[in-house]
This record gives sequence, structure tokens and C-alpha cells, in this order.
Amino acid sequence: MINNKTIHTLSVYVSNKPGVLARIAQTFSRRGYNIESLVVSTAIDGHFSRMTIGVSGAEEGLDQIIKQVAKLIDVLHCTDHTFDDAVVKEMGLIKIAVGSDGRGEALQIAEHFGCKTVDLTDESIMVQVIGDPDKIDALMGMLQKFRIIEIVRTGKVLMSRGAEIT
Amino acid sequence: MSDKMSMDGGQAIIKCLEAQGVEYIFGYSGGSVIPIFDAMITTPSNIKFVLVRHEQGAAHMADGYARATGKPAVVLVTSGPGATNVITGIMTAHMDSVPMICLTGQSVSWMIGKDAFQEADIFDITMPVVKHSYLVKASNELPRIIREAFHIATTGRPGPVLIDIPKDMSAGPMTADLSAEMEIPGYNTHEDDEINAEHIAAIAEALSKAQKPLFLIGHGVMISGAQDALRALVEKIQVPVTTTLLGKGAFPETHELSLGWLGMHGSAYANKAICDCDLLVNIGSRFDDRILGDPAQFCKQATIVHIDIDPSEIGKMIQPDIHCIGDALNVINALEPHVGLLNTGEWLKKLDGWKQKYPFKFKRQGGLKMQHVIDEFYKLSDGKAIVVTDVGQHQMWAGQFYKTDKTNNFLSSGGAGTMGFGLPAAIGAQFGRPDDLVICFSGDGGFQMTLFELATAALYKLPIKIVVLNNHYLGMVRQWQELFYDDRKSGVDLEGNPDFVKLAEAYGIKGFNLRRPGDVKRIVKAALDYNEGPCLINCEVEKTDNVFPMIPAGKPIEAMIIEAPKAGSKKLEKPTGST
Repeated sequence: MINNKTIHTLSVYVSNKPGVLARIAQTFSRRGYNIESLVVSTAIDGHFSRMTIGVSGAEEGLDQIIKQVAKLIDVLHCTDHTFDDAVVKEMGLIKIAVGSDGRGEALQIAEHFGCKTVDLTDESIMVQVIGDPDKIDALMGMLQKFRIIEIVRTGKVLMSRGAEIT
Repeated sequence: MSDKMSMDGGQAIIKCLEAQGVEYIFGYSGGSVIPIFDAMITTPSNIKFVLVRHEQGAAHMADGYARATGKPAVVLVTSGPGATNVITGIMTAHMDSVPMICLTGQSVSWMIGKDAFQEADIFDITMPVVKHSYLVKASNELPRIIREAFHIATTGRPGPVLIDIPKDMSAGPMTADLSAEMEIPGYNTHEDDEINAEHIAAIAEALSKAQKPLFLIGHGVMISGAQDALRALVEKIQVPVTTTLLGKGAFPETHELSLGWLGMHGSAYANKAICDCDLLVNIGSRFDDRILGDPAQFCKQATIVHIDIDPSEIGKMIQPDIHCIGDALNVINALEPHVGLLNTGEWLKKLDGWKQKYPFKFKRQGGLKMQHVIDEFYKLSDGKAIVVTDVGQHQMWAGQFYKTDKTNNFLSSGGAGTMGFGLPAAIGAQFGRPDDLVICFSGDGGFQMTLFELATAALYKLPIKIVVLNNHYLGMVRQWQELFYDDRKSGVDLEGNPDFVKLAEAYGIKGFNLRRPGDVKRIVKAALDYNEGPCLINCEVEKTDNVFPMIPAGKPIEAMIIEAPKAGSKKLEKPTGST
């Protein structure tokens, strides 16, 4: 999306300690990489957290950064899943300005994408969409014909398929 | 140690530091560390405290101590400006992989983030320049955190660890077990990694095939304590060795297989060897830009092997053909049985020819030269001193003319290039090795950045030879301006220098002035014979001498300038590399 570079999806397993996110963010920013999305949540064992990071920047050098992240004391591992066949999901909330005129069409598009309508007023609709990031991009494209008031996306989360640990 | 006696956080800190074998704390007191300073009185221990004159001095002393002994020292400073004053020292240690534990005071925990008096967010400010850091959230965490900090600072690739301690944490009661377990599941030292047998086989095969092999030895070999194993291997297979500036002493520089140190101002023959070898085996160096010139052109003709304990160094600057992760000693031990005597006779003969043709040299005639002073110290101290340098021209000449045969005997700020490092680091080194001769070579610029530590040297009567190589210029920058900027001198003239001998005398330190080449031997001898504490030798040297050889930054090594260009010769292009 940005500069036509691949957005890499990294999964980072960390000790749940103060400063760990700042250290990881610094490692990326120092080398000119941009964090496009970031999801952090507590792992099954509450001492640890799982981060899913979408990152863009020069292809060459990314390996190096992954090693530098892995080297941080509070990081247990950092894995690039970009080219794995993993399950990748994201949720988005999209609010469009639409009155009685276009409402039917808007709801039809939303239904096609399996969205849930989570708020409806005389002037607006808010839909919730869950899927891979491309699906959310496509829905946004379809809804461009209406005035999109705002969009909030969670950023992607990722899990390896099968019995393997991410 | 009884487990749960009644104590406060400060007392627990002292007990934990003592359990870690700490000999010295270098520091400066202040409001938020009073409980820890009080604990130094109320908790008897063998730890000695050295009160410095500025916090930066404390950090460089701990650094010099660690480089000279291989053991970590502790820095203890207060919050706010006390803490921010040590950042340069922490960064210096971080760049050169030096172990250090830095304890900073912090406001009481309930005031953090509210702009309390002398509050600085040192935990976040220092994040990019530490190996790891902690903000203590409960007094009972102190034993675990201190234990982890020492483990992290001293193992794997060493580095500084900062512990920020709110005043209520050092003042409050501490009831936890002093021998708390560490909880760092994400930390892998790579010290005990099994050495990859395939990688070893590949290195052994590359060595057996090579006609012109070369070892490039870095600081990592010293940190690993692999110098003896390295020497045995080198002598067994007869391979020539060059080192980085920080690797000086990892292999004896007076050994016939040594090419000295390489890089921007290293020996011409080492740099020529880099350009001509067909196999380069790097053990424990990070391919710093000072030795690469232009990374894209570096050693293109050779197979490159990179051995390092830090996986993130592999491929950072140079993509090696073969690599091996592990502690240098373990890798050398794993490699040794697989290699035998190599057929390097022709290659060594060629290198010897270059050694004869391109020695480090200087003119003894004319004005007094820094090189002459350093060379005389080398001769009269039998090359056995711990040499500590500051940063600049004198640092390069100290590297060239004071040959180093033993590990931990050449202490210099390599990666960071921190002016002001020399004097405090020399003080730290002398504390760590009281029976060894310590010579500190500084320029007049760097010396003035931390000269307040003359008080510390005088107070403890440390017999350091403080050699101020005084050209009244920031010489290295002036050299660049002369060579690449049509000699436009900008911001390099140190007019207004004090009389350094009078200054030394004001601190109660013996001073010598050295102005004429004919006096060098006599005054160097007098300084070495002086035994009643520190002495300062102010050397009024030629103002506009230049360091050669020189590889202009960012240029390929082939572009090395071996000798001073003749007057009227072609103008040099501005370098494209960093500084």
C-alpha cells in the first residue's frame, strides 16, 4: 500500500514487562521502518503477550531488524509470517453518511460482505466487517460512492494453521 | 546471607551488589539516592565508593575499570540531571560492548510523570543505548532485578544495564529473598549454543583451499577470553592476523604473524592484505564502517567468514559467504581439530614485503611530534602499560606507535568516539589494576572535556601518566579541513587553552612541560619514574601534523592515502562516508 512495498506481518511473543513495546517500536523507527498496524494482547499465560505487527519499509534490512527485535531481552521470538499460509483477520468499523435515498444499496453492499449493521440513524449507518485486510479494503472501495465519515480498523491478527504454535 | 532480615531497599541493594562481587561504585550523590548512600554506611561491605566530580566521569571510570579487568563496575547517580549526565558514558559502553551497571535515583514513585523536582524519564531516554533497563516498581523486586542486570550485562555480548530506582523503593522495606530467581525467558546469551558442525566444516574447507587467508580479529575475542586459543590456532596453521582498534592485544602485535590493526588509520599492510586476501575470517568484529571504507567494495575478491556471538551482526554490514554463531572460544576450539598447517609461505612473504615497505613512520626532526612522545613511552615502558586514549589524532597515533601484546591493555572509545573518555577511563583502569602502569594519552580538546577528574586522580594518588598531546587544535577535524575543505579552518582553534602544568599543580598534581624533541627521552623517563601520584605531561606538539595512512570515509580501501600528499598535488574529493 505504502510505496508499493509489501507490508510484512510479524508475530512477536514477549514477556509482559514495562517498556517492551517502546523497545520494539524504537527498533523499527530507528531504521526507517513504519509500523502500519499493531495489535497487542495477553497470551494464555498472563506473563506473556502476543504482538502482531504490520510493518513496511525496505525489503533488504528487514531480516536484520527481525534479528534485532529477537535480541531484545524481553522478546522470546519474532517471526515473519508474511509468506506463510496463516490465518490473518482484521475487524473494521465504517460509518457512512446515508439517508433514506441510498440506504437500501448501502445495506445490500454491507450484506454482501457479511457485515453487521451496528448503528443506524436517519443520516448514517455504521457497519462492522471482519475478514482479511483485502476484504476490508474492497468493502471500503465499494462504499466510496457514499460519503465515508470515518473508518477504524483494528489492525490484523494472525495465527498459524494446524497444531503448530504461531 | 540470612533470607529475610529486616532491611530497606538501599541496604538490599548494597547486599546484592556485594554478592555480585562488586569492588567499586563510581558515583555522585543527590536527593533521590540518599537512602542508597546511607546504606553504604549502615550496611558494612567490601565495596569501595569513589566520589567523582561529574557523573559522566563516573560512567567512563566504570567503563575503564570494566575494559581493564573484564569485570563490571557500578555507577550510582541521582535522578534528573545526575542521570542524564551519564548518558554519554552509557552510550560509549554500549557501542563497545562493555559491561556496566548504572543505578539512577528517581523521584518517589507517586510523583513520576508529574514533573517532580529532578525528575527525568531516564528509563525511556536511555532505551536505545542500553542492553537492557529496569524501572523498579516494588522494593521486593530489587534482588531479582540486580541479579538479572549483572547476568545480562556480563554474558553473551556484554553491555550496559540501567536500573532506575524511585526513592521510595530504596527507602522502603524490602522483605524478599536476597537470592531471588531470575525471570528472563527471552534472553539467550548464545554462549553455550552448540557450534554448528556444518558451518565449522565449511570454514575448515575454505581455509584448506585458501592461498591467501587472513584473520580479522575483533574485541569479541578478548571478551570471550579466546586469545590463547586464537594464538595456538594461528601458529598451528600459519595464518596472518589483523585486528580492529578495539581488538588490539587480542593477538600480540609484535608477533611475526601480526599485521597490526586495520582501517581508516590502520597499517597500510593490513589494509593492503584486506584488498589482496582470498579468504577473510572475521572473529568477533562487527565490520565497523571505520574498517570497511565503502561496504559495497569491501573485500570483494575474497570468501568472507563471519563468526560472532550476536546473530544480528551477521549480514548487518557485510553478507558473509559462511557464518557461525557462537562464543569465539567455543568456535575456535571447534575449528581447531579440523585445520592443519596451511601453505601460506608465499603469502606471508608478500605481506612481509609490505611491512618493510610501508611501516608507520614519522620525522624526528623539526617540531615535536605526538608520535615521538608515544613511541618513547612505548620504548621506556617496555610496551607493558595499559594505554588509555581519548579521541582524535593522538588516538590513532597511540594505536600505531604503542604496540599492544596483551588483552585489555589498550582502552579506547572506538564505536562512540567519545571525547573526554580518556582521563576518567584511565582512572577506572588504575583502580581495577592498581599494580599496572597506566598511561593516558589525550589531546588538548578531549582532555578539557573531563579534566575535573584530575581531582579524583589526585585524591586517590593514582600514579597515572596523563599525557596531554597539545596542538592547540581539534586536530582530526582540522586535518579533514586541510585535506578536503581547502584548509578552511572552522571551529577547530582551541585558543584560550589554560597552562596545563599550572592547572595540574592547582590540583596538587606534578606537571612537566615538554617542548623540544631533544627532551623527549629525559622527560618521559622522569614522568615514568615519578611515583607520588599522578603526573601530567603537557607536550607542545607540532600544530598541523596529519595522520597517515588514511582511507577517506566511504571510499574503498584501495583509495588509501599512505603518505602525506605532496604540496601542489591533486585536490582530494570530499569523503562521502560518515564522519
